[in-house]
Amino acid sequence: MQLDEFFVTGEPLIYAGMVAIVLVTSAIIFLLTYFKKWQWLWREWLTTVDHKKIGIMYILSALAMLFRAGMDALMMRTQLAFPDMNFLNAQHYNEVFTTHGTIMIIFMAMPFLIGLMNIVVPLQIGARDFAFPFVNALSFWSFFFGALLFNISFVIGGSPDAGWTSYTPLSGAAMSPGPGQNFYLLALQLSGIGTLATGINLMVTIIKMRAPGMTLFKMPIFTWSTLITSFIIVFAFPILTIALALLTIDRIFGSQFFTVTGEGLPMMWANLFWMWGHPEVYIVILPAFGIFSEVISTFAKKRLFGYNVMVWSIILIAGLSFLVWVHHFFTMGAGAFVNSVFSISTMAIAVPTGVKIFNWLATLYKSKIQMTTAMMWALAFIPSFVIGGVTGVMLGMAAADYQFHNSYFLIAHFHYVLIAGTVFACFAGLVYWYPKMFGHKLNERIGKWSFWLFVIGFHVCFFPQYFLGLDGMPRRVFHIIPEWMPLNQIATVGAFVMGIGFAVFVFNIYYSYRHSEREKTGDPWDGRTLEWATPTPVPHYNFAIVPHVESHDAHWDMKQKDKTIYNESKLEPIHMPNSTGQPFIMMAILFFASFALVFEWIWLAVAGLIGALVMMGIRSFDYDEGHHVEVDEIKQTERSARRL
Amino acid sequence: MANRSKRIPIQHVVGYVMSIVLTVLAAWAALNSNLPVIWIIILILALAVIQAGIQLFMFMHIIERGTGHAPWQMIFHGFILAAIVVAGSLFTMSFGFNHDHNDDGGHEQHEQHEQE
Amino acid sequence: MNADGSNAKPLEYQTKEGQLNILGFWIFLAAEIVLFSTLFATYAVLFNRTADAPPPAELFEPGTVLVMTFILLTSSFTCGIAIHGMRRGSVKGLMTWLIITLILGLSFLGFEIYEFVHYAGEGATLQSSAFWSAFYILAGTHGVHVTLGIGWATLLLVQLAQRGITSVTSRKVFIIGLYWHFLDVIWIFIFTGVYLIGMVV
Repeated sequence: MQLDEFFVTGEPLIYAGMVAIVLVTSAIIFLLTYFKKWQWLWREWLTTVDHKKIGIMYILSALAMLFRAGMDALMMRTQLAFPDMNFLNAQHYNEVFTTHGTIMIIFMAMPFLIGLMNIVVPLQIGARDFAFPFVNALSFWSFFFGALLFNISFVIGGSPDAGWTSYTPLSGAAMSPGPGQNFYLLALQLSGIGTLATGINLMVTIIKMRAPGMTLFKMPIFTWSTLITSFIIVFAFPILTIALALLTIDRIFGSQFFTVTGEGLPMMWANLFWMWGHPEVYIVILPAFGIFSEVISTFAKKRLFGYNVMVWSIILIAGLSFLVWVHHFFTMGAGAFVNSVFSISTMAIAVPTGVKIFNWLATLYKSKIQMTTAMMWALAFIPSFVIGGVTGVMLGMAAADYQFHNSYFLIAHFHYVLIAGTVFACFAGLVYWYPKMFGHKLNERIGKWSFWLFVIGFHVCFFPQYFLGLDGMPRRVFHIIPEWMPLNQIATVGAFVMGIGFAVFVFNIYYSYRHSEREKTGDPWDGRTLEWATPTPVPHYNFAIVPHVESHDAHWDMKQKDKTIYNESKLEPIHMPNSTGQPFIMMAILFFASFALVFEWIWLAVAGLIGALVMMGIRSFDYDEGHHVEVDEIKQTERSARRL
Repeated sequence: MANRSKRIPIQHVVGYVMSIVLTVLAAWAALNSNLPVIWIIILILALAVIQAGIQLFMFMHIIERGTGHAPWQMIFHGFILAAIVVAGSLFTMSFGFNHDHNDDGGHEQHEQHEQE
Repeated sequence: MNADGSNAKPLEYQTKEGQLNILGFWIFLAAEIVLFSTLFATYAVLFNRTADAPPPAELFEPGTVLVMTFILLTSSFTCGIAIHGMRRGSVKGLMTWLIITLILGLSFLGFEIYEFVHYAGEGATLQSSAFWSAFYILAGTHGVHVTLGIGWATLLLVQLAQRGITSVTSRKVFIIGLYWHFLDVIWIFIFTGVYLIGMVV
């Protein structure tokens, strides 16, 4: 293989990307070396099994991915601003919309939410860590290396270009030769391992490690949504694992699952993909519902209205999410009976979702609303998400879907639910839990600026797209006709306003780091759930004494009764797991193996796989029992954290 | 403890014998019986489910002291999902055209098959 | 969960860690059910799509398949006996029965490899048609699971020899026991859904 086949050549934008990568990497290496931080990086971060640090790493990576995929979006919007624009060529445009979609769903939305779950769930249920801290680190590194593998594709080997759905036969070996699609398949496979492991980990944590007294129906609603999300992950991700594996085997080893030769069945890919893909959209929306519920009840200063109904509607949504997948390909040409069944099940999902909307409104009703940034994100979510949801029901009607399918109407719909749902929730959650993570609030004034810019930009960008769809503009076209120009230009302006909003958000992180007042109480929002009972910064063992929970909204209850969870006389040594470099090394080896397989260097891939198996063997013989934190150390930590 | 310290694990032996018998029964039904094909399929799938139950309850102790409810619930839902995945795929990928009624779509489908 | 008299619980459940690991593994097995069901679904949908390769009814041999089934059923039984031995506290019984289980597992693999080679010789390979791709990947995924199980159990045998039955080793052995029985569950469905139905239709 020649070097110019290995690296992507001929695109000025990509050369710029290469230069940027080299510069940023060397800057990081220089800074780490200059400030002698290598050891710190390895000891404090790369080898950590602490759920809070892993959560922070998840969120930082997700923000980086949001930036990358956001740049993709801006490039697309630029290309679509004028008819016959030549900013991107057809091939490059295909690559950009593919990576935009894949990264946003797999490497931005999910890790962002999993990051928040990592930090918040153990704190909310009064646990000291995950059930399997080692596996948690393994999950993070599998996501991290999966994202890395996917992202290097644009400078090495070429990006995938068959859309984030990677439909066969287009994505098969016959029509998409070369490493591009392999990057997609293996990067998703690699990060999928971690997602599945996280799902199992969170389930066991929530089922087995709740504080005494916290029955299932006394759990905070975010923990509930996490539990149900984990359930969906456990049952949906194996389907993706197999679908990806089958297509990989098709491409690399010549099997005939999704080919047009050998009586293969290309539509089977769509079937399997959406059997995972539909539950997947609930994987990214249910935690968002949980976050909004927490934020709304905190800043409305009320117990969440209809808590039990909220829980049951999440469960119902999760169940239905496995029964609607065909609505993504009504136009495949199945008969009226098949389409009708899935049309009805699709519309049924609107019922429990509607119930949730009314419960949020009822929580707000007659309450004293505190207009914090987090609350504003939550309030903006409700009407925006309703627009997305209602248009979703329109798409769900099979006969009408023949008109809407693959038009900008669809694009507008899913951006309305995914941005107004998931992205708003990520921002709301990050702002809300930020003090718990970093010991200071994000600046409210700048936060509101970024909120208004982003939300206005969002509506300006996506609302016109409904009408573009009705005007017949299909998705994934790189040239527009003059009739579509005005609305497209409005959308492009909106996209850039969103970009500015995001930039302001990131600037706020820097600004608040420098200027925000440091947190002293650990309960800056007058919160209701157990995570606010811990001091800030949260000690690495979370709870010096495992709290006893008596009611829903445990912390609120304790505050009413003037109780605290800390009692120096009851301290006992705490057992904690040791840090380990094994997860990082194991996943680095698998990254190497996947990279080799992308280029179909089979023996190198096999060597990498054997390396990973050896690492698992080493782990099997590792009888590391962890360590105990002694009472004196706990006392010192708590005294300084609680300023006693 | 008394139950566990028995020298001969009766439960396991019974389970083993039953699985052998069920396997032989299924093989006989498939290979030597004159039942209609659809009944054979239903029968042997039912036998397989019973055998899976033997493994889960008699060998894997899915319900025993210390286990809690989560395992059987998860396995139960796993089987439900399996049914959805298999039956749902067959249903969807039949395109709704391979049923008994001979509408136009059905003809198209058969023609396609012949061309292939 | 109820009645926490720790005496009544088997050793592997006596530590918190043991309980967490066993529950986690059950959830993993639930995920595995869905994983295999996706392969079954693919197989079922691609059934009869043999293209130019011979149809399954011509190649499947009832004799071989029945022998494989009996071997695996027996290995599941001996694995159960091994766990029973462990709960009685007998390292020797545990290790002996576990080794017997592994030998049975290896012979199962031998038959499977023979079978695959034989079919390939008759012109039914991974590449020859959608049906045969689905067959090889479904049966092969099960075979890979058996292989990994054998490797994993071998590591545990070494640890048993080093440490005897402790709360940690008993947990690990119990978990691989679950894994091994589970592979038998999957095989029952492969036997039924692939071989028997393949020979009937």
